[in-house]
This record gives sequence, C-alpha cells and structure tokens, in this order.
Amino acid sequence: MISPETSPPRSSSQSPRSPPAAPFLYISVTEPVKLGNGVQAYISYRVITRTNLPEFQGPEKIVIRRYSDFVWLHDRLAEKYKGIFIPPLPEKSAVEKFRFSTEFIEMRRQALDIFINRIASHPELKQSEDLRTFLQEDEETMERARSQETGIFKKPADLIQIFKDVQTKVSDVVLGKEKPVEETDPEYEKLKHYIFGLEDHLAETQKQAFRLVKRHRELGQSLSDFGKAMKLLGACEGNSLGKVFSELGAKSELLSIKLQKEAHNLLMNFEEPLKDYVRAVQSIKVTFADRANAFRQHCELAETTKLKEINLDKLNLMRSDKVREAEMEYRELKSESEQATRRFETIVRLMNEEIVRFQEQKTADMGLAFHQFAKGQAKLANDIADAWRSVLPKIEACSVSSQHG
Amino acid sequence: MDPDTGFFASESPAVREEMESLDLSDATAPSSLPFFVEPPSYADVVLKSTFEPQNAVTIPGSGSYPPRAAASDYLRIVVSDPETMQETSNSPVLGGTTYVTYPITTWVRAVGHGGPSVFCVQRRFRDVVTLAARLAEAYRGYFIPQRPDKSLVDGQVMQKHEFVEQRRWELEKYLRRLAEHPVIGRSDELRVFLQAQGKLPLPAATDVASRMLDGAVRLPKQLFGDAAAGRVAPEDVVQPAKEGRDLLRIFKELKQAVANDWGGVKPLVVEEDREFLERKEKMQVLEQQLCTASQQAEALVKAQQDIGETMGEMGLAFIKLTKFETEEAIFSSQKTLSADAKCVATAAVKASRLYRELNAQTVKHLDTLHEYLGVMLAVQSAFSDRTSALLTAQTLMTDLSTLHAKVEKLEVASSKIFGGDRSGLRKVEELNETIRVTEDAKSCALGEYERIKENNRNELERLDREKHDDFLSMLKGFLINQVEYSEKVAIAWAAVVEETCGYARESN
Repeated sequence: MISPETSPPRSSSQSPRSPPAAPFLYISVTEPVKLGNGVQAYISYRVITRTNLPEFQGPEKIVIRRYSDFVWLHDRLAEKYKGIFIPPLPEKSAVEKFRFSTEFIEMRRQALDIFINRIASHPELKQSEDLRTFLQEDEETMERARSQETGIFKKPADLIQIFKDVQTKVSDVVLGKEKPVEETDPEYEKLKHYIFGLEDHLAETQKQAFRLVKRHRELGQSLSDFGKAMKLLGACEGNSLGKVFSELGAKSELLSIKLQKEAHNLLMNFEEPLKDYVRAVQSIKVTFADRANAFRQHCELAETTKLKEINLDKLNLMRSDKVREAEMEYRELKSESEQATRRFETIVRLMNEEIVRFQEQKTADMGLAFHQFAKGQAKLANDIADAWRSVLPKIEACSVSSQHG
Repeated sequence: MDPDTGFFASESPAVREEMESLDLSDATAPSSLPFFVEPPSYADVVLKSTFEPQNAVTIPGSGSYPPRAAASDYLRIVVSDPETMQETSNSPVLGGTTYVTYPITTWVRAVGHGGPSVFCVQRRFRDVVTLAARLAEAYRGYFIPQRPDKSLVDGQVMQKHEFVEQRRWELEKYLRRLAEHPVIGRSDELRVFLQAQGKLPLPAATDVASRMLDGAVRLPKQLFGDAAAGRVAPEDVVQPAKEGRDLLRIFKELKQAVANDWGGVKPLVVEEDREFLERKEKMQVLEQQLCTASQQAEALVKAQQDIGETMGEMGLAFIKLTKFETEEAIFSSQKTLSADAKCVATAAVKASRLYRELNAQTVKHLDTLHEYLGVMLAVQSAFSDRTSALLTAQTLMTDLSTLHAKVEKLEVASSKIFGGDRSGLRKVEELNETIRVTEDAKSCALGEYERIKENNRNELERLDREKHDDFLSMLKGFLINQVEYSEKVAIAWAAVVEETCGYARESN
C-alpha cells in the first residue's frame, strides 16, 4: 500500500553491477485550493507524477485536477476494464456547509491520493491510456475530455448496447423468461455471499469507529470544561491545595488538546481506511453486476445462435433462396456470441486474480489501520497517565504542609 | 491463536461472558468490584451497591474518613429495603392507603465491656422531616447536614424501585452524616430517632393550617395593643419568628430589616464582624464554583462512560468481523486479517471494561463536589440563623427605645397635672413592667446571637479542616485512579501494536 506523500523507497537494486533501477510510478495528490465563487466554487488539487516509465512524457509532471476529473478517470476505467475491481472514489456530494471544511477537504484529498496510487500500482490499470491522459494533459484538454463523457454525449456503441439490453429484457418478458439467467457455480455463489456479508460487517465497524471519533471529541471537550472549573475552584481554596486544583485543571486542559488530536488521527488513519474498504466492496459489487450482465449476454446470444443454426439447417434442407441471407446472419450472430463468451470468460479470469489481490491488499491495509489505531490509543493512554501522575507530587507537598493549607 | 478450534478458549469465562453480553446495558453486567450508587445527578452511571465507607471503622472496605467516623458513638447505621405498611384509617370509606417505612439498624459503641448494642427501628419519611425540623431549631448556627428532599409523589410513583432505592440510599447517607457531626452526633434528637422503639417521640412539625389559626387568634390581640399579648417572651426569643404564630413579631422584624436595609436608622447592633462578612462572601463564591465543578464533573463522567461504551460496541463489531472472515476464509490472507481483527477486538473490549471500572471510581471521588454543595446549603442555613438572631435582638432594642420614649413622654405629661395623675402613673407602671420583660428578652436575644456566632465560628473552623482533607482526598483518589487505569489501557493496546508492527514496516 502506498501511503500518501511518501517519497519513493530506495530501490533494492542500487549496486553498480545490477540492471537499471526498477520501474516506478509515484503520484501525489496535494495542496487543495478553493477556486471560484459561490455555488460554482470547487477544490482543485495539484497532482504530481514522478516516474521513469518510457510511456510518460518525463520524469516529473504537475497538473491541476478537480474531483470531477477523478470521476471521469474512474468511469472510463470502469467501462474499459470490466472484471477488474476499480479502486473506489470518495463520495460525490456532501452537505453544502461541510463541503469546504478543512477536515472534509483533507479526507477527500487522502482518499483521492490512495485512489490514484492504487491505479498506478495495478498491473493492468496502470497501462491505461486514460491514466496517462489524466496525469499529463493540460487542464483544457482535461475539461474537453470530461465534458464529452457526461450525459448526452454518449458514444454510438453505447447506445446500441443499451438498446440491445432493453431488447433482451423485452423479449424475456415476451417469452416468459422473466427471471434473469444466473450462474450456478457454487464457488461463485460463495464469493457473492461473502462480498455482501463483508460489506455489512465493514460498514458496522466503520460506523462504530466514527462514533468513537466523536466520543474522543466529547471527552476532550468535557476535560477542557472540567479543567477550567477546577482552576476556578482552586482559586477559592488556600495556598497549596489551591495549587493542586490549579495544576489539575491545567493538565486537564492539556489532555483535552491531546484528545482532539487523537480524534483526528483516529478519523484519518482508522475510520477512513475502514470506510475506504466499504467503498471498495461496493465497487466489487459493480464488477459482479458486470459479470452477471456478461453472463446473461453470453447465454442469450448462445441460445439465439443455436436457434439460428437450427433454422439455417432447416432452410438448407428446404433449399430455400433465403439460405444465403440466413447464413450471413448466422455467422454474424455466432461471432457476436463468441465475443460475448470471451468477454464473460475474461471477466471470470480477471475476477479470480482480482479477488486474491484484493484479499492481500485488504489484510495489509487493515493491518496497518489496526496498527495506527492501537498506536494512537496506547500513546493517548500513556499521555493521560503521565499528565495525571505529574500532579501527584503536589498533593504530597500539600499533605505534608499544615492542615490549613 | 487457532481460529478454527476453541475460539475464545484463551479467555476467562468472565471475559467471554462479557464479550458475549456486550450489547446488554451496563446495569446488567455482572461484576465483583464494589461500585457505588450515584447521587441523582450522575444518573447515567447506574451501579448498585452497598455503600460502606463512612461510618464503618470496624468494617473492612471503609476508611475514607476514619478519624471522623471513629469519633462517633454510632459505629454503623444501615437503612434496609423499605417495607410497605397499611395505613390504619378511622374512616373505612377512604379504604386502605399504604405508606412506606424504612428499617433502620444502628450499632452503638459499647460502654465498658461487652459488644456494641444494636437497635432496630421503623421510621417513616415524615419522621425524618420531624427530626430535621427539631435539629434545625435546637442547633442554630451549626452546619446541619441537609435531609433528603421531600418530593411530592403519588402512591404509584412511590412503588418505583429506583425512586425508593434512591431514597433509602439518601436516608442512610443523611443519618451517617448526622452521626459524624461532633455535636449533633451526640444529640438527644438523633439518639431518640435511631433508638426509640415504636412511634417517634419527637413533636412533629405542626401543619401550616393550625399554625395559621393560632396566629389569627393572637393577631387581633396584638394589634389592639394588648400589652401582654404583644410581649415577646424570653423563651420565644430563642427561636426565629414562626410563620403564622408570631405575626406581629414578624411584622416588627420585617420593619426593622427594612429600616436596616434602607440605612435610615443605624441599627443598634451592627454586624461589625468584618471577618464574618468576608467569609460569607467567600462562601458564596465557593458555592458558585462548586456548582460549576459539580456539573462539569458530571459531564466528564458521562463522556468517560460513553467512550467506554462505544469502545465496547466497536470491539463487538470486530469480533463479528473476525468470525465472519474465519467462516468464509478461502485465502490465508483472510486468516491473517481474522487474527489481527481478533487482537484489536480483545484490546477494545478490555479497554471498554477498564473505562467502565475507572468511571465507577471517578463517580465515587468526584461525588465529594456534590456533597459539599449540600454542605454549602447547611452553611447558608447557619448564617441565616445568625442573621435572624441579630434581627430579633435589633427589633427588641428598637422596641425598648420606643418604650423608653413613651415613658418619658408620659412622665412629662403627668408632671404637668397638679395633684398627680393616677391613670397616667398606672400606665407608666405598666410600661415599666413591659420594659423589664423586654429587657430580659433582649438579654436572651443577645445571648442567643452570641451563642450562634460562636457556633458559626467553630463550625467554620471544622469546615476548613474537613474540606481541606476531603478535597485533598478527592483529588488524590481521582488522580491515582486515572493513572492506574490509563496505564492498564496503554498495556492492552501495546499488545496490539506489537502484534501488528509488521504492517508498519511494510508500508515504510
């Protein structure tokens, strides 16, 4: 897992006798800047690419990108690389008030950084031309590319596909085949069941993690208020006792700050990774849908082809003059059917590879998140113990002195 | 840690039970630690207990304030679960109403050889009200512990377990505090309350209605100048003017108070004790700060509890994730994740439990703030005893000067009448008699005032000492607790850090 803002690690092959440095591609999403005014305001990011790959224009390139550019890239990849789990994007919209809060911007920046680096480290996706476009083209080109994709400007091929899908659905209904055709592979079933279950469990842990962040903030706030009250109470008391109250109050306020910090740390390094994996699982579900579509098409085309073949044989026997036409149709259909079958099989193959990769990544990413979480909690607990412990000597001093403080 | 066999085999039954029962509310979680019933304001932390410390020198687990408890003759006071009695009603029409009595058991220090004597009595709540009223009368100027509130509840609500339990707890605390008071602990009133069998032999507080009737009868006499009826007898002087009974006295003292406040006539006895006035102001400030501190302590306790709860729920979510990944495991990477998640879950559950235990202790310690708010009320009460005693004395002095002036006028008028003025002389005789009585009353009043001043002074000294010790004890206890539990939490998480340190290396 490539964490944001890190420099490339020292290559293992540094000695002079080894082959040239290993290929690398490192991307940073940095410096969010608010641009524009009012309703049209948005955040732009600096995307810095450092690479030694020949396909790229140079060793370093900096471009300015906004969220919708990332969406464009995501959608293009989703179209072209069916079967691959496209890395998830952070959520599209947010409550208007929250949209420009520092925390939200930082969360989004981190998520976008992870997104782009995941693409860059995926064996297939990193070769995508769209990725290179995204990383290198100037803003105007990007904007043009982006506006071509949205809404009405769909490519003709897409329109035909949509039409065919609708057709199939209609014929299904007409033929009474309303139930969609589904794979019956038991392993596939198990996988589907797993993915759906995983989403639920991850979502639950993420929800609790988010609540935990809130609790830290609340505890921090109450410690701050408590500290102030203790200081005021100390002012009412005598000398050495008053000092104890005062010190306790000061430490309480100090801990309040530490708690707020830990809350932020929890959010960025524990809650967000969990949320990220919820999104990742949702992205996998999209691939499942793609697979189901591909399977359906493969089945339907295979069946339609079969029918055409039977019809053709019939016509042959009858020595009809429609044979030629029918044969041409049959050949076309057969080709399409084979394509559909290939598409389906590709998706199956890719998914099998992807699932292994996903599990390994998940374990590593989760492991790191757990580690960060535990580290933060351990440090916080130690800080708390240290802060309170430091007040104890003052208490001893107080007890030893006269009873009337 | 083999996830396929005895999943929780490494955990103790208690932890396993806790893990399984994590979604239950705190109130049902079993534990062997001594918890404390929170005062009503810490309502969210519901923990039941038998509260042991203060009056139990001979009983283990006590010891917050041994010197104070040890001084008392009452070794231990326990209020048990209340019982419902049937009200014996004269009118069968009203049917049977029920009331609640509290069985109170007291261990009294032995005199000479032999063990402590034990007394058992049944008391109703209104007996407590009576006791409090009698003590307030007899011990003016003292910081008398506040009795539990008389809340207006109907029969239905009374049955509610929580309310009844809370009242039992407050009653017990109240009686223990009374017993610990160096002067009140030795009072007859308390002794009679704790030891006299059957009905409580203290005059009950008279109800307002009959008081008003009494007052209505006396007032016309007072207004129409019936000198005898208007006299304030010395024995009355030692009590503040009672609502309904001493209306005339009330009017006079009110007039005096107004005169004092408006600064028209300089009162004959001025509260010149600057030190006292300073103390009074300091007390007011202290009360304010205690109020704030008590509220913030409450908020802190709630926040601590919340974070513990959420930590526990998160731990539970991780356990479920662990189970899920184990059941569905196809890849070894899943088994690894499963183990890691279980590690986190264990620590989270442990931390959750530690937070809960810490909180129980925190409540106990910070309760001192709440207690001293109660003490502030007692202080206010004692200070107003002083003020009203002074007011009584001032009123009488004003009376006297009025009377003297009248006598002078009469004597001047009489001397002008040739041959003597028999009726005038008789009037002067009467007035002189009144003056004598009033002089006595004034001496009494001043005596009472001085007495109360002395009580105030002694009590303030006692308060200073005890407050210093109690606050110190509170802070120390709070801090030590926090340190202790935070260290334990740190250790729990350190184990996870250790287990998962491999991932940190990988990412670097």
